[in-house]
Amino acid sequence: MNIESTSKSLLKEFAPQITQWSTREKLWIGFWSIIFMIGLYALYVQATEGHVVTGMRDNVVWGLYIANFIFFIGISYAGAIISGFLHLFHVEWRKPIIRIAELITVIATIIGPLYILLCVGRLDRLHHLFIYPRLQSPITWDVLAIGTYLVGSIIFLYLALIRDFAILSQADLDVSKWKKNLYRFFSLGFSNTPQQRKKLNQATTALALLIIPTAIIVHSVLSWIFGMTLRPGWHSTIFGPYFVLAAIYSGTGVLVIAMWAFRKLYKLEKYIVEKHFIYLSYLLMVLAAGYGYFTFSEYLTDWYSSEKWNAELIEKLFNLNEFGGWFYFANFAGILLPLIVLAIPKMRNINSITAVSAVLVFAMWVKRYLIIVPTLETTLLPMQDTRMEYVHYSATWVEWALTFAGIAMFFLMFKLASKFIPIVPVWETSEYLEKELMKTK
Amino acid sequence: MEDKKRRTVLKLGAAASLAALAGTAKFLAPSEDQSISECSDKVKLLSPDGEIVEIEASLLKVDTHDHAQTMAKNVGREGIPGKKFVMVIDLGKCRNARKCVTACQKMHYVPEDKEWLQIKLMKDNEQSAPYWFPKTCFHCDNPPCVKVCPVDATFKRTDGLVLIDNDRCIGCKFCMAACPYSTRVFNWGEPEVPEEAKQVAHSPETSVPSKHSTVEKCDFCPDMARQGKLPDCVTACPNGVFYFGDENEDSVTNGSETVRLSALLRDKAAYRYMEELGTKPRVYYLPPSNRMFPVERGFKNLDNEIKDRYKDVH
Repeated sequence: MNIESTSKSLLKEFAPQITQWSTREKLWIGFWSIIFMIGLYALYVQATEGHVVTGMRDNVVWGLYIANFIFFIGISYAGAIISGFLHLFHVEWRKPIIRIAELITVIATIIGPLYILLCVGRLDRLHHLFIYPRLQSPITWDVLAIGTYLVGSIIFLYLALIRDFAILSQADLDVSKWKKNLYRFFSLGFSNTPQQRKKLNQATTALALLIIPTAIIVHSVLSWIFGMTLRPGWHSTIFGPYFVLAAIYSGTGVLVIAMWAFRKLYKLEKYIVEKHFIYLSYLLMVLAAGYGYFTFSEYLTDWYSSEKWNAELIEKLFNLNEFGGWFYFANFAGILLPLIVLAIPKMRNINSITAVSAVLVFAMWVKRYLIIVPTLETTLLPMQDTRMEYVHYSATWVEWALTFAGIAMFFLMFKLASKFIPIVPVWETSEYLEKELMKTK
Repeated sequence: MEDKKRRTVLKLGAAASLAALAGTAKFLAPSEDQSISECSDKVKLLSPDGEIVEIEASLLKVDTHDHAQTMAKNVGREGIPGKKFVMVIDLGKCRNARKCVTACQKMHYVPEDKEWLQIKLMKDNEQSAPYWFPKTCFHCDNPPCVKVCPVDATFKRTDGLVLIDNDRCIGCKFCMAACPYSTRVFNWGEPEVPEEAKQVAHSPETSVPSKHSTVEKCDFCPDMARQGKLPDCVTACPNGVFYFGDENEDSVTNGSETVRLSALLRDKAAYRYMEELGTKPRVYYLPPSNRMFPVERGFKNLDNEIKDRYKDVH
């Protein structure tokens, strides 16, 4: 056996994923399309009536949208950091799962910034960011960083795809002609000559090296939108690394969930195996411990020194009548639960690792909400406002609809991508299988 | 009557600043502005240096090109030469008469529920007594809001003022999150603007008219300063709480008495609110000692809605 024949047989196995639409898939697409359409209607309402239709007001000027923005940019770390690091360290087992990871990165990096746009009152003046840019503003840093990151992660995904496009364009697949032509176009005439292989490898390594610092910059800059202000709970020197760690953590969680789903859906049990989940669970444990450490030191210092506004904020977070319930949930379910469950060897199986990941990803979303809203409700001067909507933030249906529309967009884009490219990289998995075969021999 | 006059002056002021920009050879004024033709043959205009000049009305030429507006914008961004505006608020004199609040709203054509100038009831610690605390924009010399604006829509001028160009603001609200004093307000929906204010071309100096989905705030009324007048909150206050003036001249006035700024700050132990934040406000407070009125006076004749705001302070 050689790599080419292995990949041919692999492709044959993966072909139904690309060529066929099952009823279940159609229903899935239909369902999320409806959710997405509701979101579009909410967007129309917000665009015509203004931000008055949201729960945001003069004190809490940001809400769900910003939480979603941090969340999506956070999960985008799956591809950038995980795939980038594993590539650099030549970790062989990464190969079957890198495509999923890199797709998460690209899709989440497309969706995340849309939420920032939802916070902008005058979208008709968006070009002002380019004709009157001010480099002093963390928003300008964000525009530059996220723009670079998006381009970088698309190229990173694409480099790993070129060989698969070459295989796809030559394979005898039951796909329409335009699709075949696209495969040929995107394969860039790759014919697996030693020189092409070398160049491709070099480019991938260079991108892996570049994408990691870019990703770190993106989330640091994002955290500095908050860290640079004089607000309690935000004005913290550890915000950069704290956000970066949170992002890798939630990104790994989403990667586990996506692996579980595609494994079931496309019958990839042979390629995405328990080992992958277990290795990622080790990573999750380390990240949970690190994230827990940051969380602990952040709240401990604020609580211990008990400066007036920090103390007020801490009181709100710990008070069950205010944010207490969600705060305890975010920290127990988001940090302690994964640590404890994954520490037990018996619990380290595919289903429980996935379940823990689902819980921690949701907890991390809650955590992002708790970073934004309680701080904005803790003003330095007393609010003394009788308009309750100005004192306490509560998201409206428009904001919820657009939140779910983002999730819908994530699923839809993932699904459509999987109809165009194999969700398990054909070439690299063949390479991996060959090597494994050699080992057993 | 007084109101009508003020509004005419405002319009004239806007027209005049447009006109003054073009230099002496070419004058511009919006053709729909009736106030100019009403004023006999001579028209008073303000030169870019802040001097009043009289011009033959017939010299005025109508020019509706955009560049007139852009140039007015640039003057609005630069500041009045030689000035360094400063405000001193005497907390010992405030009795929550709220005349400053309503005058400000009238001046800027904003509705009652939008307060650029707020009056808080403050109580510094358990033992001390509460006092009324009028809060304007502090026009900080190290303004956190200006730092974070991505498009230079809010800016610091040479005369110390922090203003907003509402034709440039993209409504990201970052300045609102950055301002530690919760000074800025946002037009969440279509703002209520009276017909007569809608006609005026927006200028950062007048902050009129409000525009939807943009940020606005107290501007220290530089359009009034250009006419040698005090901001409306200062003149409206029945108790002379607000002193406004120029740091370079070292004098401030509350309309009835003019005092030396440095002496006032020194002798009355003036402080800046939350000095520790490092924002360097241009507003000084005189401590609420030897108060002229008991704090209860401030609750008289208040709407229930406003009374309710202070229910948590005892």
